[in-house]
Order: sequence, then structure tokens, then C-alpha cells
Amino acid sequence: MDSYDAPELTLRQSAFSRPEGICATPLQKRLESVRKQTSSVPTPPRRRIPQCPQVQEDVDPQKVAFLLHKQWTLYSLTPLYKFSYTNLKEYSRLLSAFIVAEKQKGLAVEVGEDLNIKVIFSILLGVKGTQRDPEAFLIQILSKSQFPSENREGKVLWTGWFCCVFGDNLLETVLEDFTCLPLFLANGSESNTAIIRTWFQKTFDCYFSPLAINAFNLSWMAAMWTACKMDHYVAATEFLWSVPCNPQSLNISYAIHPEDAKALWDSVHKTPGEVTQEEVDLFMDCLGSHFHRHFKIHLSATRLVCVSTSVASAHTDGKIKILCHKYLIGVLAYLTELAIFQIE
Amino acid sequence: MSSQKRVENTQAESRTSQGSNSYQTSLLAWKIKQNPSDSKNISKHVQNNSVEDDEHADDAAEDALQIAMGYFEKGPIKISQSKDKTLEKHLKTVENVAWKSGLAPKGIDILLNVALSGKFGNTVNTRILRCMIPATLISEDSVVKAVSWLCVGKCSGSTKVLFYRWLIAMFDFIDHKEQINLLYGFFFASLQDDALCPYVCHLLYLLTKKENVQPFRVRKLLDLQTKMGMQPHIQALLSLYKFYAPTLISVFLPARRKIYFKNSENLWKTALLAVRQRNQGPSPEPLKLMLGPANVRPLKRRWSSHSAIPVLNSCNYTKESGKKEMSLSDFLSSNGSFPLEQLQSFPQLLQNIHCLELPSQMGSVLNNSLLLHYINCVKDEPVLLRFYFWLSQTLQEACIWYKVNNYEHGEEFTNFLDTIIRAECFLQEGFYSCEAFLYKSLPLWDGRYCRSQFLQLVSWIPFSSFSEVKPLLFDHLAQLFFTSTIYFKCSVLQSLKELLQNWLLWLSMDIHMKSVVNSPLETTLGGSLNSVSKLIHYVGWLSTSAMRLESNSTFLLHFILDFYEKVCDIYINYNLPLVVLFPPGIFYSALLSLNTSILNQLCYIMHRYRQNLTAAKKNELVQKAKSEFNFSSKTYQEFNYYLTAMVGCLWTSKPFEKGILIDLKILEKAGVTEYKNSLSLVYHPSLLSYAVSFLLQESPEERTVNMSSIRGKKWNWYLDYLFSEGLQGLKLFIRSSIHRSSVP
Repeated sequence: MDSYDAPELTLRQSAFSRPEGICATPLQKRLESVRKQTSSVPTPPRRRIPQCPQVQEDVDPQKVAFLLHKQWTLYSLTPLYKFSYTNLKEYSRLLSAFIVAEKQKGLAVEVGEDLNIKVIFSILLGVKGTQRDPEAFLIQILSKSQFPSENREGKVLWTGWFCCVFGDNLLETVLEDFTCLPLFLANGSESNTAIIRTWFQKTFDCYFSPLAINAFNLSWMAAMWTACKMDHYVAATEFLWSVPCNPQSLNISYAIHPEDAKALWDSVHKTPGEVTQEEVDLFMDCLGSHFHRHFKIHLSATRLVCVSTSVASAHTDGKIKILCHKYLIGVLAYLTELAIFQIE
Repeated sequence: MSSQKRVENTQAESRTSQGSNSYQTSLLAWKIKQNPSDSKNISKHVQNNSVEDDEHADDAAEDALQIAMGYFEKGPIKISQSKDKTLEKHLKTVENVAWKSGLAPKGIDILLNVALSGKFGNTVNTRILRCMIPATLISEDSVVKAVSWLCVGKCSGSTKVLFYRWLIAMFDFIDHKEQINLLYGFFFASLQDDALCPYVCHLLYLLTKKENVQPFRVRKLLDLQTKMGMQPHIQALLSLYKFYAPTLISVFLPARRKIYFKNSENLWKTALLAVRQRNQGPSPEPLKLMLGPANVRPLKRRWSSHSAIPVLNSCNYTKESGKKEMSLSDFLSSNGSFPLEQLQSFPQLLQNIHCLELPSQMGSVLNNSLLLHYINCVKDEPVLLRFYFWLSQTLQEACIWYKVNNYEHGEEFTNFLDTIIRAECFLQEGFYSCEAFLYKSLPLWDGRYCRSQFLQLVSWIPFSSFSEVKPLLFDHLAQLFFTSTIYFKCSVLQSLKELLQNWLLWLSMDIHMKSVVNSPLETTLGGSLNSVSKLIHYVGWLSTSAMRLESNSTFLLHFILDFYEKVCDIYINYNLPLVVLFPPGIFYSALLSLNTSILNQLCYIMHRYRQNLTAAKKNELVQKAKSEFNFSSKTYQEFNYYLTAMVGCLWTSKPFEKGILIDLKILEKAGVTEYKNSLSLVYHPSLLSYAVSFLLQESPEERTVNMSSIRGKKWNWYLDYLFSEGLQGLKLFIRSSIHRSSVP
């Protein structure tokens, strides 16, 4: 059998991927990329530092301001099937009726009826990395004002948004009937999030999974965000380590002046414009050894659970708060990457 | 509105016909004035009646029924004392026949008229309605006529209720429903009546078609809901409306509720069974409209409270809402599409395969074998991709959930995996999602939890390049294999055998298809076979090492030889030009085994190898074109070498002349001087006991057995004895590989 190392076979093509000539079907491309991901190091060893003027010109500053300084819970989301940006109005009608019906548990609701809540879908222009990325969009649930004379919007009960920033490797493997918005961020009560998830899953045959951020990725965030050039710092650079011990876990909080953190970073940083795995490790090791010198505690034996900088803060539970609008896109790009990794 | 008019018309007709009937005076006369369609049957009876006097019991009953019918149709002539008696007698007759064999459409028609026209009192009406059991079917006209009576207001509320209950119970036996559906507006208006409301809801639930769902009706139902509160029957109807028109209405139904309607059938339960049995012959099984949440079956099928597998539902907002810019093809395909909920049989699937509404959540196909058929043959990439995404994510989440819960409640995860595996077996095809799931989970797997499921998933890995998959899957599996118990090793070998079989089946099918369609994949057959042979070599390596680790366990060897039983027959069974022999470590372990069945299995495998290689050789001579798949002479040499060794040991008593050469000094040291025939069929450790019992059987009185006496003719008898003891593999081997002239 050694005699023929002849052409490597193409992937199996059958019911779950029909033969269609030589070109690989989307499913095969999917599997290929999963294989690549699984066999190589989980994440590429180098990334770009988020650049300054990332936010594009056509971004509505009001809307972006709305996204900042809020704590968002992260989810990964598989591509939406037959989602159409032209139907947003219709979706908001259907979704609001769905929410009301869901809350009443058994009482039917007429779609389009005057309900006590309002759902608004709106496009977040410019929240994307490349032209190929689909537009991000925002959903708000508002309680309707009791007095119609007051022509004001009611209180915001829940907000959530979907986006895709530099999602190229996902986009490549998906067909045109699908809209790839792998990152979903929600702010508001869990019950509302659950209802929205249900509606989306039923309507667009997609799947939401909570997106947790492990310690490895948190260190990357710490390094990348420290590397960002800031005009002025609004918060200290802070780390939270969790010590696994009984009966209660112990948390170690470690705060550094942001300029000191930046100085440390600059001392370990070699390649301009990029962050490498070695640099991230070195940066975290330096912090750890500094801590050890003072407190005789090895942070490497504990678990990093939270990182906060002036750019953004992230918790291992999958919660994020973005503080700096300059680096919004940069932060989202990394989160999109994590979300795509999860749905591979 | 038009339906209302129609009702009045039919009513008018029926009145005139009754008027004409009232002219009749004779009891039998009505029969002659029957509709021409019925007259044949009836007139025959008339003849029977007048000509033959010796009537059978059946005929008597029949006639009594005819008389009773006549009585009811015509109505009591005048109020007399005997009226009650006669009525009672005729009622009894009708009841008896009805419960025994059911009533003909005509009879039901007459009786419905009577019961609803208010000619008699409530008790009589009730009795009549209760015994209206069809022999086979009910004609739609009778129902329409009956409904028309409801408008006149001659019957009491309780009769109306009973009539609706009857209608619901008998719904499946009505021959057509188009006319009745035209009365939809009338029924809908009856919702106003509080007493009737639950039954009307049920009837509407059975009757509703997509076009019946109108905004004004939705509003009316919602009003009713506000007025009466959360009633299950209204809920059910609303949810059906939602199913047809999701853009008009939204309702959340708790999953726990399963019964929305009180059982209207219970009055006629036994009778219904009888009618169904009668109908089962020629008429197709009545298709029950089972929709939405009232459908009990899908709920039962769900594997857990976490509802991992979505319920089948074709309701699709996207289609509705995208109406404005719907393309022509979309329009055509959605028009007259076949709702999934009605899909109940394979012929239905075949008839509607071009216009099936796909489920809104593709994951729901996992529980539906009919849709799995559909998925299996569909070429629609989005469908497969949706399923892929759903399954990958669900598997991932279920697995995490399972681990987080410290492997408690493992049953739900196991059940889920079982469902997937069942679907894979059903399709005879692995899912890519499962393969991707194995990439992620096998490296972390402890080899214990859900073992059987994980190994089955391994055996359903879709065919692919072995060298590509090896580092992702098989290397992790090998680590577990070497560090686990012998039982684990056996189950791994078992699942690898199944994997090989699945790959071979797929490949052989693929080759077959290629001969039909000249696809460009032709060039990759070599590559495909290369992949299979790599898998076989890999298992060979695993087996050899495992035999060492488990000190030549017979149990393990059985599983290994099972694997090679598949391998040796690839050329003939799967029509694939591939023959891979086993490694020497396995061959000699089997040849020198103390276990007879192992030796027997080895003989069988050698026999099959021989058959395959001879067949291959023959084909090579015939068609020289396919030379690229000629086996190298190495394969033949290897086989011949094994064969010589086997014949040398078992038959000619000249072991180890080729191949393994054992230094004579070593044998001398071990005290084995007479080694030459010690592995022959007589002395072979696994056969020695057969030889002894053979000799004892031959001459039971002998005190000592002389083994060397088995030669010549006796040798042949001994062989027959062995064959009769069930050593079929040995028999085949000897018949095919040894010329009997060389009896030692």
C-alpha cells in the first residue's frame, strides 16, 4: 500500500455534504476550519494592537455612547437563517407580541395591537470591521409611557445587540441565506434575554450559547488593552484573581496605576503594532513576580477571573464593559474571534 | 354569507321532500319512492319481502330496520295510544342494528333529520343521536342538512351539544369536508353560545384551514378570551390560528398542558373502534388533524425537560414577513406547500416531497424518521448547514452541562446521544457535527462516561482521509486504549470494526455511483483506498500492541479476529480492490492459540483471504485496464508465507521451515525433541482433546489412546469428526487450500 501515495482523497461527500463537482461544500469547509482550529494552537500566537481611529466616519456617536459604560452579557450565536434587514419593522411587531404573550402565559395577543411595551430594532451603522461584515443591529424593549400626551419614549427595559467585527473566517464558510452575527450582547433581565433568545431561535433557526472568557483570553485582553495608547486614563488597571479554597473562595484584587502598567508593557513589548504570545506571558509573569516579591503569593497558582482597564473590563463569566469609544471596534474584534471559536 | 344561504336552500329542499312524504300512507310505500341511487338495494329487499317467506334472522333484522326507518322518516301519522309502543319498538331496532353493525349513510341521513327537527322529545332525540354510528362513512350532505336544522331553532340546547359532540367524534368518518368547511362562518358564530363554545371550538379546531384564519376572527376570539378568561379550548384554537398566521397573533402555551378538549368521543368509544376496524380495509386510514400544541406525540418524544430537541413546527415567520419582496419561486413554493404536522406516512412524503414546508428549527428532524429520509436525499445546503450548527452547539452545551453537574443526571445526555446515534444508524450515515464534537471532546474524555455512546459516535465518523483525522481522533483514542482495561480495548476494536464497515459501505456505494455518473472524483479512489488501508494498518498496530499488553488474551484475540473477518472480505463483499493481511503478531498468536474457536476463526479468515486474492487475480487477468489497482506481489507473497506456515504446522508436520526459524538447540533445551508434528491437527494443543475423544469414540474399550494411529483412512475420519464438531472454518480452509492427495 506504500506504493501509491497518489492524490489525497477529497472529503467525503454524501447526504450531509452532497457531491457537487470538485469544489468543497460549505459543510466541508466548516469541518476543515474546525480541524485546523483543533489541531493548531487554540489561538494565533500574534494579534494586532487595536489602532486608534478604528471607528468609522458614519458611526452615530449617540448610538455608540449608548453602547459604552454598560455591562453586557456575552453570547455566541450561530448564523441567522433568512434574516433580512428590510424586515426590521415587521420583526419588532412580531417580537413585541411574542414577548407580551410569553409573559401572559396562555393569553393570546394580537400582533400589532397596542401593547404596553415596544420593541425597536435599529441598525448600528459602522459597527463592523470590514465591508464584508454584516451590519450590527440593536434591539431595545421600552415600556410605553402611560401618558400619550407626553411624546416621550418610555423607560428602556432591556437592550441587546448583535455584531460581527472582522468575522472573515466564519463568513467564508457560510451561504448567502445566512447572516453571520456571531456576537450577541445583552443588558437587562435574564428573563427578557431568554425570551428574545427563544424568539430568535425559533424564527431564524440559530443557537445562542453563553460566551465565557477563560483566564488565557483574559490575559490577552489585559495585554492588548494595556498596549492601547490613551490620551487620559479614566480607571486603574485592575486584576482579580480567585484562589480556590474552601469554604469560601478568596479573591485577590491587584490594582496598578495605568501608566505604570503601560510602562511595564512597553518594557516587554518588542514587535511594533503587534502583540505576541510570549509578550503576553512575560507581561503577566512580571506582574506575578512583582506581587510575589511583596506578598509571597504565587499568582500563577490562582485563576485570573477579571481584568479591567481604561479601555474595557471583562469578567470570566462572560460580562464585558467597554469604556473607551476609540477602541470599541478593537475590543469587539477580539470578542467576535472568541465567539466564532466557540461556534466552530 | 354564501354558506348561510346554502344552508337555507338545503333546508328548504328537505322540507319539501318531507312534505311529499306525508302523502304516503302505506308503511312500505316509502321505499319505492326512494332516490334512484338507493332504489336498487331497497327494491331488492321489497322483492325479498314479498317473495320469500323463510327469512334469515339477518334479513328479519334488516327488514325491521327498514320499517323502523320508514317510520322515522315519515313520522308518526297521528297521535295514538300505540304511538309510544311503536316508537319504542322502532327505536330499539335501530339501536340494536346501529351498535351491532352501524348504519348506512342513508339511515343516518334520515335519523339526523328526525333528531334535529324536534319531531320528538328530548329523550328520543338523545337516544337517536347516541346510536348514530356509521357502518363505514357518513355523507357530507347529511351533516350539512343537519346543521341547517340548527338554524331553525327547533332543537333544545342539550340536543345541540350532543349533536356537536357527535360531529366531533365522527369527524373522521365524514366522506368529504369541503361543504362543511363552507359553513365555517356559521360554526364560528355559534361560539357566542356559552354552552356550545367548548364543542364548537373543538369542531373549528378540526375544521380550520389556513384561509379560514382572518383578522376579524382573530379579534373575535381574543374578545371571547377576554370575556371568558383563559379557557383551554379557546387557547387551542388560538394557537392553531397562530400556527397558520403567526403575523396576526402570538400566544405562549405552557408545554405541560396536553389536553385541550374534553373527550367528546367517550360516548361512542367502542363504536368508533368498530367503525375504524371496518374501514381499515379499502379506505385509507382517516387522517387526524394533529396540530400544534394539542399534538401529544412530539411532546412525549422529547428527551428531557430541557427541551434540547425542538418540537417540529413548520411555522415560519420569515416567509410571512418577507412577503413584500418574495420572489416568484418563493411564492410558488410556499403556495400549496405541505405542512409538516400532517406528514404521517412515507407515501405522503413521496407525494409532497417537492412542496414540503421545512421546519422552522432544523433540529426537530432528529425525532422524525420521515424527515430524516427527506434530509437524507435533499441537496439543499442551507438545510444541512442549519442542522450542522444546531447539532454542534447543542452537543457542546449538553456536554458542558453534563460535566458541570458532575456527571449527575447523566441519563439525559446519554439519551440525547442515543437519539443521535439512532438517527445515524437510520440514515446509515455519520453527521459532521458529531465528528467535530469528537475533535473537541475526545482529548478530554476519560474513557468512562457515556462510553458506549462515544464509541458508537466514533464508528459513525464520516469517511475521510485517515491521516488527517488520526492526530485529531485516533491518537487520543490510542492513549486511552493502551491505558485502559481489556474490556475497553475490546469495545474500541469493536467500534473500529464498525467504522471500517461503514467506510467500506460508503466507498462501495460511491464507486457504484461513479460508474453511472462519470464524476471527477474518480481520481481519488486510490486516495480513498489508501485511507482505508491506513485505518486497517492502524488497527493492526493497536492489536499487536494490545496482545502484548494483555498477554495474548483469547478474549481480546476474538475481537481482533472479528475485525479481520471484515478485512479479509473487502474485495468480494464490497467490490473494492483492496486486500490487507494481518500482522504476524496476530497471525502467530492465533495459530498457536490454545483455543479451538480461535484456530477455527483463523482458518476461516485464511480461507476468505484466499478467495479474495484468487478473485482479484482472475479479474486482473481478464481486464488489464485497471492495472493501477493491482495488488503488489508483496501481498501475495505475504499470504503464501502465512499459508505455508499454516499448512506446515497443521497438515504436513513440517513447521517453521520458512518464516520463523527456531534454533533446534533451543527446542532441545526445552525438552521438545519431537516438535515436528506437535502442531499438526492431531497434536495441536487446541485440538488434542478432539483427537482423544475421537479415538475414544472409535474404540471405547481401549485403555490407552494411541495418537499416532490417526493416519491414512483414520485421518480422514478424524477430519470428518472435526467438521462434525462444528469447525466449519477449518473445513473450508482444508477444502480450499489443501489437496487431499497429500494425506500424511
